[in-house]
Amino acid sequence: MRTLAWRNLVHDKVRLAVTLTGIVFAVVLIVVELGLFLGFTTATSSLIDRSEADLWVTGPRVPYIEQAVPFSERKLSTILATPGVAGAAKYAVRFTQWKRPDGRQESVQVVGVELGSGLGLPWNVVAGSLDDLRRPDAVFVDEIYRAKLGVDRIGQVVEIRGRRARIAGFTRGLRAFTTSPYVFTTFKNAQDFTDLREDQTLYVLIRAAPGVDVGALQSLLRSRLTDVEVVTNAAFSRMTQVYWMFTTGAGIAVLLAALLGLVVGVVVVAQTIYATTVDHIREYGTLKAMGATNGYLYGVIVRQAVISAVIGYGLGMIVSVFVVRGSEQGGAAILLPLPMAIGMLGLTLVMCVGAAVVSINKVTRLDPAMVFKG
Amino acid sequence: MAMPDVAVGVRAVTKTYAQGEAAMRALDRVDLDVARGELVLLMGPSGSGKTTLLSIMGCILRPTSGSVRVLGREISTLPDRELPRVRLDHIGFVFQGFNLFPTLTTQANVALALDLKGVGGREAARRAAALLDQVGLGAKLDAYPADLSGGQKQRVAIARAIAGDPPIVLADEPTAALDTHSGHTVMDLLRSLARERDRTVVIVSHDSRMLGYADRIVHLEDGRIVQGREAGTRETVGSWSAV
Repeated sequence: MRTLAWRNLVHDKVRLAVTLTGIVFAVVLIVVELGLFLGFTTATSSLIDRSEADLWVTGPRVPYIEQAVPFSERKLSTILATPGVAGAAKYAVRFTQWKRPDGRQESVQVVGVELGSGLGLPWNVVAGSLDDLRRPDAVFVDEIYRAKLGVDRIGQVVEIRGRRARIAGFTRGLRAFTTSPYVFTTFKNAQDFTDLREDQTLYVLIRAAPGVDVGALQSLLRSRLTDVEVVTNAAFSRMTQVYWMFTTGAGIAVLLAALLGLVVGVVVVAQTIYATTVDHIREYGTLKAMGATNGYLYGVIVRQAVISAVIGYGLGMIVSVFVVRGSEQGGAAILLPLPMAIGMLGLTLVMCVGAAVVSINKVTRLDPAMVFKG
Repeated sequence: MAMPDVAVGVRAVTKTYAQGEAAMRALDRVDLDVARGELVLLMGPSGSGKTTLLSIMGCILRPTSGSVRVLGREISTLPDRELPRVRLDHIGFVFQGFNLFPTLTTQANVALALDLKGVGGREAARRAAALLDQVGLGAKLDAYPADLSGGQKQRVAIARAIAGDPPIVLADEPTAALDTHSGHTVMDLLRSLARERDRTVVIVSHDSRMLGYADRIVHLEDGRIVQGREAGTRETVGSWSAV
């Protein structure tokens, strides 16, 4: 059975090439689209996920992190006085204007952090150190956005909303979901760069004391604070992801493209396996006459599908890895975590075996008496 | 279990095909017993029902009515799902067009019949090689059907037909596509199956050159077994080895 399946498959090399091309195309398309979806989803909430905070205090009815509503920073003292709070820090994320050295304007998102708190700090710092951010007007940007922001070295001076800013360091891989890159600076500088009043903050990040139940602390803070909301880190992350990926429709579009890849793969593989089956239909009839059960014939066809799937998957993943590597240098990261890579193998197998159903149906209806007809 | 003397027998077998609103009777109350070790030639003009009868004897086609017994077992009442097992265990087929698998070597073609019976791998390859050697193709194990002559292809087909050691071999026009020499070689093989290996061999043929190989010749006309041109007679009975 194995030999027949393999030989039937490789006998017509052109058809095999078409089959594998279809599978590779489908695998790459699905990996890229799902990887983009994951990359986008991760990017939308990366500030929250990497904040080290347990709870976020936000303005009322804030749907996602970029849509902050200012509130009085005096709430910070109430928060810090609440039992179970190990630390808290003001935090800001706000769009503003960046003027490149060549005078061109770009939109950026200034992220203001309190350096001593350990909350909301930039990560993956590859040039400069966090201490460098303490210098007046110091900012960190991500190296991906060097060209976009017109900067290429530490010490370069730019303008943010008409105020002088100096590049103090670079991070790596901190992509913003929007087209406006993150610019990390101190909370104080962020107030200046974003026109946030001195007595206001956009968020307060809270770290719970070890052993404290975060849910209980959330309830306690809600009872003590007015005109603000207290949400867990996970909930705020999810709210932000859902907003960008589904409310805006961006995620749906990417998922639909992934689905399209799946459909294309199924159609191409189904067509080629069906054509192979029809080409060998007399042989299947002979097998039936010889006493082969339908199960045996299904086995031959399914093995062809599985062999195609495994080879196509392997080639597709090689191409996908190159695409993923290439995306690391671009603004839109394509993620390919191991579970997704393994899941793709399962999906490819399902796609190819599913595509073989049409052929199986053809063979099931085959009359073995056909072998005597000329 | 002792084999019955009648390897395959049909009783009052009728086969009717629907043709639009009309019905075409391909076989009309046919009776035929073929003994163990007998080589029977089914002859008759086109459309006489030879191949239909062979298909029914081979459990590929069901009769519209009548009884079919293979090695003493009534087949006509078996459910469809059991027929492949009967064919696999008891019947080998040789086809006019050889029906070899073009993507497989001769050895793999023969081994495939063993694979169907659950004998795979090296054992199947070894047995296939031995069978091909017996039909004079020991040097062609790695050849593909496209590389063989018609006679060689049919010998591979015969090796495949007997690979599963079936007691009955049914052949449909096995020499029709062959030249005289190859035809005789193939018929020699089929006859030796009956004589030396006690196989029951039923051959459908138009080929009058093959008459000398048969133990018995059965003539069909219009779906009936006839003697000479006389209608209503069951069989044209040839003498054993003396036709």
